[in-house]
Amino acid sequence: MRRSQPAKPKLLPRRINSVADLRAFQRVMAEALFRPLSAGEGLQGEWGDGRTTRSVAEEFVKPNKLLTSVERLEIYAKSYWYRVLDCLYEDYPGVRAIVGERRFMKLATAFLGEYPSESWTLRNLGSRLPGFIEGAPAFTAPHVELAAEMARFEWAQVVAFDGPALPVLTEDDVLDGGARLRVALQPYVTVMECEYPVDEFTLALKKRDTAALRGEASNAPTAMPKGNGKARPRLPRRERVHVAAHRQENNLYFKRLEPEAYAMLTALRDGRTLEAACARALRDADPAMDWAGRVREWFQTWQALGWFCRRAKRGRA
Amino acid sequence: MPANPYNNHTEYGIGIGLRVPHFRHILDKKPVVDWFEIISENFMVDGGRPLEVLDRILEQYKVVQHGVSMYFGSADKADREHLKRLKRLVKRTGTPWLSDHLCWGSVDGRYTHDLLPMPYTHGVARHTAAKIRGVRDFVETPICVENVSSYTEFHQSEMTEWEFLSEVVEMADCGILLDVNNIYVSSKNHGFDPYEYLDNIPHERVGQIHIAGHTKFKKYILDTHDHPVLDPVWKLYDHAIKLCGHTATLLEWDDRIPSFDEVHNEALKATQYLGEHAAKPAGQAEAVAA
Repeated sequence: MRRSQPAKPKLLPRRINSVADLRAFQRVMAEALFRPLSAGEGLQGEWGDGRTTRSVAEEFVKPNKLLTSVERLEIYAKSYWYRVLDCLYEDYPGVRAIVGERRFMKLATAFLGEYPSESWTLRNLGSRLPGFIEGAPAFTAPHVELAAEMARFEWAQVVAFDGPALPVLTEDDVLDGGARLRVALQPYVTVMECEYPVDEFTLALKKRDTAALRGEASNAPTAMPKGNGKARPRLPRRERVHVAAHRQENNLYFKRLEPEAYAMLTALRDGRTLEAACARALRDADPAMDWAGRVREWFQTWQALGWFCRRAKRGRA
Repeated sequence: MPANPYNNHTEYGIGIGLRVPHFRHILDKKPVVDWFEIISENFMVDGGRPLEVLDRILEQYKVVQHGVSMYFGSADKADREHLKRLKRLVKRTGTPWLSDHLCWGSVDGRYTHDLLPMPYTHGVARHTAAKIRGVRDFVETPICVENVSSYTEFHQSEMTEWEFLSEVVEMADCGILLDVNNIYVSSKNHGFDPYEYLDNIPHERVGQIHIAGHTKFKKYILDTHDHPVLDPVWKLYDHAIKLCGHTATLLEWDDRIPSFDEVHNEALKATQYLGEHAAKPAGQAEAVAA
């Protein structure tokens, strides 16, 4: 985890005539919004540099007849936290089910305190949650490994939903390349080795839950996301699985992979030639098996799914 | 003033926001709708279902892009990657004009994903206008800026919101997306006369109008887009149409979204206010639905 910087007083300009003044003003207001809400879902009382939040708010926010400066600022702080927490709440239902609703909100709040959004789109908000879970195990213990794997799997679904699709490798490409061919996996395909059957767990959750749609452009979330009141599901037992998250005709799918197939795909993804990938994938394979036939079937399936694309040449985008 | 440079000399009628719960209905039933407004950011993605749906909608309907994260009022420069993606989407949709909000929402590269109000000063107006011009020149499409609803005012402000809006759009030489619900919400939260606001903006620059519902709380009103349009907002809309003429109008309904027909029927209530100002009968204005 990153260490938080010592609090430096951010000074508000009395007049705003320049971009520097505007930036100083916006830093102070953003500071108020990015601070986690108090237990009562309001602004924290202390600003962190010896001043009270009230005194800072009164420097720039006008009160009106019904609301104090802090209360007016609080409307925006609540809106910010409800919005970003709701986003993680929707994107990580599996992690939520593993740790429980209350602990998930604590995890999400800590994560957002460490990693506020650095993108114009909320789509990317949770991209670093898997790493955060591993680096801050107290939030998910004793299910750290399962929670981190589930977070990776759920992020893979975000990628599979709207990740780019590159031109699919053609038969000619394959014939031209032969054994020395290097291919790439479509950017929307993620292959994973997991110590828990996260795919089955996800499907079990989907069966349990009714699909819910998030409002798209409403700018005013009015409440903290709350639990759905459904029973906590039974957590999966440890079992090593290999799985791909991908899409087909723009529908999201998970596909189980044999260990050798997973090894083959990761080798290809990492830039090995077809020949080298085969060698690596079958290094420890049972020699009694008809691997030639099996490999041919895998490739037929992967090619039909459109998983392969040309590898970008070095020095090119 | 139905057609002007800020809406690219178009005469659009009454539209509604394109929202996920209505995708299936629209694609299957192909209802007659003048135009759809899309949230640009929802389609500034690399692939997958969102773009497939958009392309199918574009085969049947006129689409106008509305953004929520350009943040013309942020001190930060516009994000280059964001601009490139926006321009790619503009080429895909052929939107005649673009809109986004007169607000800020990020600082030092950290995003609030909110439409935050600005301190209304001449210096801020100059900076904001310069950013709008920069975006318009990059994207090569007319821009209309939307007044936001707000819940706070600042000691540092030197003018009213409508004076600020007017100064920005004049300096940027851009259009206005006039949100009459936002004017109403802010007027109640800040205690100003919404008609004074409407009377004192450059009407010739209004390229589009938004209408929406809101929610009343004990001490303030929140712009929630989860209700039908309330009577005081319709009255304001009526006044706006008298001042601006027949203007492309869009109903925003973003939360607790009812059926497509309910949303569309609510939007079509605007027809009665367009009345004598209607350039074309609403519902028939260049509808291209099969």
